[in-house]
Amino acid sequence: MSDLHDLQAFEVVEGIKKGLFSAEEYVSSVIKTVEQVESRLHSFITLDTDKALSCAKLIDGKLKENGDIGQLGGVVVGIKDNISTKGIRTTCASKMLESYVPSYDATVIERLKQSGAIILGKLNLDEFGMGSTTEYSSYYPTHNPWNLDYVPGGSSGGSGAAVAAGECTVSLGSDTGGSIRCPASFCSVVGLKPTYGRVSRYGLISYANSLEQIGPICRSVKDVVMIINIISGKDNKDNTSMSSSPITINNKLEKFEIAIIKDLIDGSDEEVKRTIYSASEKFSEIGCTVDEISIKNLNYALPSYYTLASAEASSNLARYDNIRYGFNLPIEEYKWDTYFSDVRKNFGEEVKRRILIGSYVLSSGYYSKYYLKARGLRSLLRMELLKLFKKYDLLIGPTMPILPFKFGEKIDDPIKMYLVDINTVIANLAGIPAISLPVGFSNGLPIGLQIMAAPFEEQKLIDVSHALEQAINIQKRPKLE
Amino acid sequence: MSQVRIGLEIHAQITELESKLFCSCRGNYRDQRPNTNICETCCGLPGTLPIINKKALEYSAMTSIALGCNVPDKIMFYRKNYFYPDLPKNFQITQYNVYGFSSIGIEGSFELDDSRKIRISRIQLEEDPGRIAYLEGGMNVRNSALIDYNRAGVALIEIVTEPDFTNPKEVRLFLNKLSLTLEHLAVCDTLLEGSVRCDVNVSMNGGNKVEIKNINSFKEVERAINYEITRQTNMYNRGIKIEPETRHWDDKKKITFTSRSKEAEHDYRYFPEPDIPMIVLGDKFISNIRDHMPELPNQRSDRFVSRYKLSGHASNILINDKKLADFFESILKLYFSPVEIANFLITDFKSMIADDAESAGYLKNMKVKPEHIAELVKMIEADEISRITAKDILIKIFESGMLPSEIVKDSNSLKIADEKILMDAVESVFNTEKSAVEDAKANHEAINYLLGKVMKYTSGRADPKIAMRLINNKLKKPNA
Repeated sequence: MSDLHDLQAFEVVEGIKKGLFSAEEYVSSVIKTVEQVESRLHSFITLDTDKALSCAKLIDGKLKENGDIGQLGGVVVGIKDNISTKGIRTTCASKMLESYVPSYDATVIERLKQSGAIILGKLNLDEFGMGSTTEYSSYYPTHNPWNLDYVPGGSSGGSGAAVAAGECTVSLGSDTGGSIRCPASFCSVVGLKPTYGRVSRYGLISYANSLEQIGPICRSVKDVVMIINIISGKDNKDNTSMSSSPITINNKLEKFEIAIIKDLIDGSDEEVKRTIYSASEKFSEIGCTVDEISIKNLNYALPSYYTLASAEASSNLARYDNIRYGFNLPIEEYKWDTYFSDVRKNFGEEVKRRILIGSYVLSSGYYSKYYLKARGLRSLLRMELLKLFKKYDLLIGPTMPILPFKFGEKIDDPIKMYLVDINTVIANLAGIPAISLPVGFSNGLPIGLQIMAAPFEEQKLIDVSHALEQAINIQKRPKLE
Repeated sequence: MSQVRIGLEIHAQITELESKLFCSCRGNYRDQRPNTNICETCCGLPGTLPIINKKALEYSAMTSIALGCNVPDKIMFYRKNYFYPDLPKNFQITQYNVYGFSSIGIEGSFELDDSRKIRISRIQLEEDPGRIAYLEGGMNVRNSALIDYNRAGVALIEIVTEPDFTNPKEVRLFLNKLSLTLEHLAVCDTLLEGSVRCDVNVSMNGGNKVEIKNINSFKEVERAINYEITRQTNMYNRGIKIEPETRHWDDKKKITFTSRSKEAEHDYRYFPEPDIPMIVLGDKFISNIRDHMPELPNQRSDRFVSRYKLSGHASNILINDKKLADFFESILKLYFSPVEIANFLITDFKSMIADDAESAGYLKNMKVKPEHIAELVKMIEADEISRITAKDILIKIFESGMLPSEIVKDSNSLKIADEKILMDAVESVFNTEKSAVEDAKANHEAINYLLGKVMKYTSGRADPKIAMRLINNKLKKPNA
């Protein structure tokens, strides 16, 4: 048997239930991995190994008692640090929330806990989810486990790196414009951004409410199914959540009609292009038809996204005034007239930039010039995609147009940085589900395939991803030990 | 007199709601220790989301209909962004009329009296902020303030009028009628402290608009407007231009003053609240509310006159105090004698209630219940007690909550009709009031004085008709 920390979630639950190993043995193995690699990766912002071990012992006790350890009994989960965890500091990788400890659990956390999952800690991200590399974390960047000189993607970079490196078995990320799929692609793991509304956002610290969803990052499609089924569902605490039917793993594949988004291939690096085309050939081999299409309104996607996301962010982030919670500031330094502007210096550069852009596009006179136009373009794009889904089951393309890049390569040029999101923002603007699946490597750097489906058609995504995963069977683990 | 235009912006809490507008904390935040009626959502903790209170939609739609507004099929909520420490999210979830969407009520009109109508431009539903309390000396001295979030998130209805008022008296009339309407709709108990607030804008001779904020009771509104008209008239007479500005009402000094913050320059950066998708109310919602509208004050007054045969005057006195009108009708259920009960309430009963006691729940907290008044009026009408005695009994009910019949039994306050007992009383009065007796013999009018003395002697219990007969008889006797 391979190392316990290498196991997938469904194998962990099976193993514990069958008595092949105890939850404590497995959790210890994961913690040992963390101890070996964390100083090089910096996936976590907050770790609670003691709590994880005591939870493992509880699971072992439960097993002896009545055998009911829950669907995720014992599985070690890492949580992106913008998802509220009761009693565990939740910083959003911001100095602004350095000492904020939530008094409640996000709905997804409640559901994971009820299923017996063990939360090991909180994972690194770009501050408030704004970025594509984790370089904008106010604490430290996370490193790519496949090559430590490279970025792991973002904003859920900690979630991607930790799962790839075996620091946790599965993780939760959040995806506003690609923040689950980008690190999944860069770290060679599977990441799903669900349909807007499938997963409750209650407890997810908002960056751009109308765009974002919580989703799983795992080492297999099967694990993604396991997690998404647990966290999905209508939640009375979230107006925008909806009920959905559970997803299953089917071993027989329907003959789907698939379309490659040509514009996204054309805009990609050569190595990426090649890998995506060879993956698309596999689709034909497994019995699907593959067409090429282009999206007319694609050019509007990025401007629309950054306008809307920044607008919502500027308002969402207004609450961080350090009056009720935040960071420790000696009372002598409080000044009534300048308090707000003083404390808000604690935001990082990128966050400040987006607050400025957002405030600008919402201010009177500019609202209809920018914000309203962006909304119009958003619905145009959505309508075009929904129309395409009448003809095709799935739309595919590269998750990222480029390979993972080195630290510092793009950080000085925000526009360059924004451009790498072009493939992923589409799904957020349209509210549709999208998955990133590892399909190959170039010079040891991972490449991910993005598959999109119509709203609430996650089953199709999973069916085809599962089949492709079997067909491609690529190396799953970086060598770090 | 120069031309005055006044517009109002009224905030009324929906005090009838069990819970706040977006969370399940109690709607009634009063009398609770600071920061105990709060939760993650109304404190705006990161990651929390607003869940709209459906009852609040109903109450605000009802108010809109009562004020003659149109209620649209679909409504949206917007964020109004501004920083203030009592605003937990640093934006307020409110409504905004722009780009084809409107708030819960638009384009209404409200009748002041038969000849005057005030146009309502819009009615919107929004959340109340928390409350800031300054330590003694204010923030300038202490450089600190206390914040209580118990009120944060309580549902507010904002009513905005067109500048249709031409004098403060009209404003008073409007606010009185509005209060009454809100109470009849059971939307807002306007007597609760801080449940209604009013901003006023005043312009004169077509000049700039001056806004007055911070008027915390309807009673102060008329004062503030009068002050502002005098101030602007003085400026106008001296040729000083009136600038558009926001002023505050100083409740203690009774003056308006320029606010230091540049509120007028605020850009609130309104945009649709992403966490509350567009709400489709639908025809059914609106027709359902129309079908179940509570009786409005005008309708009730008409009914009192036609069904109960009250005078318009009596009917108005009752209806102007909704709780008293309700009390009246619950008495009628026990004993149906509308005219007598109404008269008793608006004279004897009302005189017992001090003016300043018109606080919320004064009837609810009293020991006097409908059954007391029903029994009391019944006894008057059956001639068992006199009106004077009835009033004495009422005082005792106020104190003890005992039923009139019990009080009567305890204190023997039934009328004395026994001629033998009354004769004793008359004899006694004749003995002590010898000169009055002489007067009465010459001047018939003076008999009333003697009757008064007999009543006093019997503690008001003497049957006046019998006593009078006995006095007359005795006066006619030669040895008197």
